[in-house]
Amino acid sequence: MTQTKGTLYKGREGMWSWVGHRITGVGIFFFLLVHVLDTSLVRVSPEAYDAVIGAYKNPIMILGEIGLVGAIVFHAFNGIRVILVDFWKQGTRYHKQMLWIVLALWFVTMAAFTVRHLMLFLDGWGGF
Amino acid sequence: MTTANSEAVLPAQGIEAPRSGRIDPKYLRRSSSTSGSFEMAAWLFMRVSGAALVVLIFVHLWVNLMVGDGIHQIDFAFVAGKWANPVWQFWDLTMLWLAMLHGTNGMRTIINDYAEKDSTRMWLKSILFLSATVIIVLGTMVIFTFEPCLMNEAGELMERAPSFCQSAVQ
Repeated sequence: MTQTKGTLYKGREGMWSWVGHRITGVGIFFFLLVHVLDTSLVRVSPEAYDAVIGAYKNPIMILGEIGLVGAIVFHAFNGIRVILVDFWKQGTRYHKQMLWIVLALWFVTMAAFTVRHLMLFLDGWGGF
Repeated sequence: MTTANSEAVLPAQGIEAPRSGRIDPKYLRRSSSTSGSFEMAAWLFMRVSGAALVVLIFVHLWVNLMVGDGIHQIDFAFVAGKWANPVWQFWDLTMLWLAMLHGTNGMRTIINDYAEKDSTRMWLKSILFLSATVIIVLGTMVIFTFEPCLMNEAGELMERAPSFCQSAVQ
């Protein structure tokens, strides 16, 4: 027996994926509120919209965007895992394996996104 | 709950496996319970909207950030170009409603979990529902009342108008 802790859930894969899902969900929710507000500036004037959206195009915000997309991709993939746990007959049996698949897919997706986003950003960046 | 569960003898013989049919009557769902059916609908909505949002948001991120000039292409003309197409209007409208309802229900769950005082829960949820309503109404109005080819006082096309406005004006 390698297992020494007396619990199936606390401190294990099931709990940590749940914690990750909550934290990323709350973060995405607050970004969504801001994102609807900044998009709404198209009804104020083209200048107002372009000025505010321009704030997304500097190096610090680029890192923030990578973090935001990282949160979205984890929430999306882990959400599919939650659906499979609930609706697929074997879901509860393979929930741990599915978490590792989620993390592997997250890593691959984020590696590709980060490279592409940084390259496109550097291509059109005018400097400070 | 008479014959089918008469053999339920919990907890004397321990806890039955889920879906075994041997459920103590006190755990059975009652048809009169309306809050139970609301929570059931909310649970199902999270799964259905979540699956749809994966597609809606991944395509949104792909089209806006991964193709063309990426982040640098996003400006007033870019938004105007997209919303000239009813498909993108419908896409963004669906994304707005589903994401806001999904997020608001998630926040409602979190408030219910952590805010123990009745009045605190009530206040937090009031603020949540009010802000969600404002954001959904605002976003919907922006998508439907958006005017891409803005004119100045002299009746000339404004400087940052997208290029397709030129042909529309003449």
